[in-house]
Amino acid sequence: MCRLSAIISDSYFSPMENIMALETMKEGHDGSGLGLVLRDLGGEFQGLKEFPILSGICSKAGLRVMDEYMVKLGFKTKHLWNPRIKDYQGQMKVRGFYFARAYEFPEWAEEAGTEAQSELLARTRLELIEMGRADESIIIFSFWPDLITLKEVGDPLDVGLFFGLDKKPLLAKNIFAQGRQNTNYAINLYACHPFFLEGYTTMTNGENTAFVPIREFLTSRGLPGYVGYKSDSEVFCHILHYMRKELKFPLKYYKDVITPLFDREMSERSDKAAIELIKRVLRPLTIDGPNCTIGTDVDGTVFMAQDAKKLRPGAIGGVPGKYALMSEICGIDAAIPDRDRSKDVFPMKYDMAMIAKDAKEIKIWNQKHGSMSTVN
Amino acid sequence: MESKTRLDVNGQLTLKELPYIIRWESDKCTRCGQCTSVCPQKAIEPAVFVHRLVTSDGPFPLPQSIRQIGQGIKQVTDIERYCVGCGVCSQVCPNDAIFPEYNESNKFAFHKNQGGSPYKRGGRRNSTETSTLDKLKFTRISMLTDPALDAGRHEFHIRTLLGRNLAPTEMPLIIKDDELGLDETAFIPPVREIFPIRIGGMSFGALSPHMWEGLAMGVAYLNEVENIPVVMCTGEGGMPPRLLKSRFLKYFILQIASGYFGWDEIIHAIPHMKEDPAAIEIKYGQGAKPGDGGLLMAFKVLDLIAKVRGVPTKIDLASPPTHQTKYSIEEAVAKMLTSMSMAFGFRVPVYPKISGTKTATAVLNNLARNPFAAALTIDGEDGGTGAAYNVSVDKMGHPIASNLRECYLNLVKIGKQNELPLFAAGGVGKTGSLAANAAALIMLGASGVDCGKYIMQAAAGCLGDERNRCNLCNVGRCPRGITTQDPRLYRRLDPDRVAERVVDIFKAADSELKKIFAPMGRSTQLPIGMSDGLSVSEKAIADQLGISYAC
Repeated sequence: MCRLSAIISDSYFSPMENIMALETMKEGHDGSGLGLVLRDLGGEFQGLKEFPILSGICSKAGLRVMDEYMVKLGFKTKHLWNPRIKDYQGQMKVRGFYFARAYEFPEWAEEAGTEAQSELLARTRLELIEMGRADESIIIFSFWPDLITLKEVGDPLDVGLFFGLDKKPLLAKNIFAQGRQNTNYAINLYACHPFFLEGYTTMTNGENTAFVPIREFLTSRGLPGYVGYKSDSEVFCHILHYMRKELKFPLKYYKDVITPLFDREMSERSDKAAIELIKRVLRPLTIDGPNCTIGTDVDGTVFMAQDAKKLRPGAIGGVPGKYALMSEICGIDAAIPDRDRSKDVFPMKYDMAMIAKDAKEIKIWNQKHGSMSTVN
Repeated sequence: MESKTRLDVNGQLTLKELPYIIRWESDKCTRCGQCTSVCPQKAIEPAVFVHRLVTSDGPFPLPQSIRQIGQGIKQVTDIERYCVGCGVCSQVCPNDAIFPEYNESNKFAFHKNQGGSPYKRGGRRNSTETSTLDKLKFTRISMLTDPALDAGRHEFHIRTLLGRNLAPTEMPLIIKDDELGLDETAFIPPVREIFPIRIGGMSFGALSPHMWEGLAMGVAYLNEVENIPVVMCTGEGGMPPRLLKSRFLKYFILQIASGYFGWDEIIHAIPHMKEDPAAIEIKYGQGAKPGDGGLLMAFKVLDLIAKVRGVPTKIDLASPPTHQTKYSIEEAVAKMLTSMSMAFGFRVPVYPKISGTKTATAVLNNLARNPFAAALTIDGEDGGTGAAYNVSVDKMGHPIASNLRECYLNLVKIGKQNELPLFAAGGVGKTGSLAANAAALIMLGASGVDCGKYIMQAAAGCLGDERNRCNLCNVGRCPRGITTQDPRLYRRLDPDRVAERVVDIFKAADSELKKIFAPMGRSTQLPIGMSDGLSVSEKAIADQLGISYAC
């Protein structure tokens, strides 16, 4: 089972905290990879909030092609971060040039508005992916302001050391990490969680048995971002994107989309008529689990949702100002040991736990009762 | 040299030409005559034989051979009275002295067109080959990496939607204070949540009153007692007026076909209806006899049937092959969908049923653009019929599996796979695997399936099979009492027993569907289009259906 480690805080921290939590949760073979998404960045990126950051890996040739393409589009490099790999002493092989590069928008896009900018970033990311797909010369994970993605195959701790995050960490207030346990040996980097699309990210453990109909539904929406699907969990991110960006649903309805209530369970909901309709119209997006999903909304709100049978573990704990969302409680113990454990939250089948960007409190939306409670 | 007995029997058949040969054992036969009186074809008759008898009598018994005149059973070789193999003779025989045996080398098809009249019959396609549906296996079994569900412990929701679903971007939702509400003034097309296996259209008229009543009682019981919302299509010919005005109407799909039989009664009953029907099915084609019309022969049109259909008694009721007023799908079919919707206040889903055909996607694309099209039923070549030309049944039609899959993938391409539900029919449960066939079609993209022949066989013991056994549905002499209007025949069928069996069938299918879906990790929604769950051991089929090949 993949392990999930998300931390949200009101102050900057190192991704090694997430990685050490993964290390605590580690059991058995665990060399399938590490994915990191850092958001609300500090350190050298703190003053670059409005500049989109391209995260990925390139070969030498790929880098040249990518640079030419970005120049052609009118993007200008503002800042470049590379991991300090030369100090690494382990067994991992260097795949290429790892980078997180902040760009200035092309002049025409600077005043074009959020929607046009978002569309430009998504299109550019997809085009770069396509340009490097055949020979893997360009691998792109994300292109978004104030957000960096790192991914590599290997033991999570080893990958963290490989990127030199122990010596010169990237700092952020919202970091997602997933240690991937894939029993198949053919590992595609694009299958590594967390997944990203236009500011939305998710990571999931478990297998998604409803993957094919969901993928077919998403790919037939006519939206360019719904591609990839090297992992059956990528659809969780795109479902979030679809219901938030395209359908404009409030975030708490994510639960009603992926795990709709049985009709007889809807009586307490004041929005019964709406959720009945949503259930029918978005029927192909229903999952059957076993899945625990942790995600971040475009506004930085972090959430955890379980499948309708609660077949996977997942827990949240912390103190006002810093919360950890992990697949196991020992991970939370590693990340935030000094906390009131009686306030730990274990989201169950009807729950969706949400923590806003300021990390002050946990809000728990109970889908069945239609009620919101707060833990702080 | 002239033979002793002249062979001037040109045109007469031998028993070897016939599809079934009666095996009769003289020494077991008590000459009661029941078999000859019950035979629906009069294929056997009493006859006189000379036979040799060996006796040993007297104080010094020595075997003696004598010849005696005796009575017995003889099969006639008249092609119009051929043995259909129904086996009713065996059923009534007190001593197991008689049974029909299939004759592999028969030449029946060479002769059954006497008088220039092609062979007509009821039943299904005569083919014993394994259907594609029966070749499909469920191979994505959850094992350790993702736990299988437990059919006995977890809650399963084996339901589907019948009706047009809005496109996600067309939902009339209002966002207020972080909550979604519904714009009450907006029109939302009617959608029914039903069990994914429906009873397909079999008309009141083609079926006997006892059979129809049994089905209807079973369906009502399933809905009201067992909480399994099975719906049943009336077929063309309406339904008893009392039922039209009853609360049970909601369990029935009213079918309108090219003869419009029964619709005078239905239209007049609309103001008095307590409930809306489940749906309206407009039949444009039938998988068992695509492009062919329907015929209810005069001797089946008795008082009740005539009243329900709004016609005089004892006349042939022919439904034309096509709706005579329908000249284009763009206009005339669209108008029919709209006007039927309007007749029921836009509260009832209205959808067409077509025969499986290479042109199905063209029909589908048109319906996808029509907001009043609530679904599409595609009926494949292995469907059944009450009456048709043999050539239509055996040689016309399209297998359902690839036709359905092609249509589903076409909907996926245009993003309307959830908006326009597809229902598949024709051969579902052909060899008894009702739930497995239904699940396979669902995973290929069907929202649900129809079954008819399976119900006839499992609920009423229909004797027909794929070797042309019985198939007398068209002539009103059904030996089981299923497809006849003759009270002497249909009183053989106990409607209560039919209803019981209908309930058995759907309860069992419900359990079996859970047993299929549970190991595949699906329980809350039907796995519509979950094609990664299927495999087949023939590469060509795998390629055509877009599923995996496994051997």
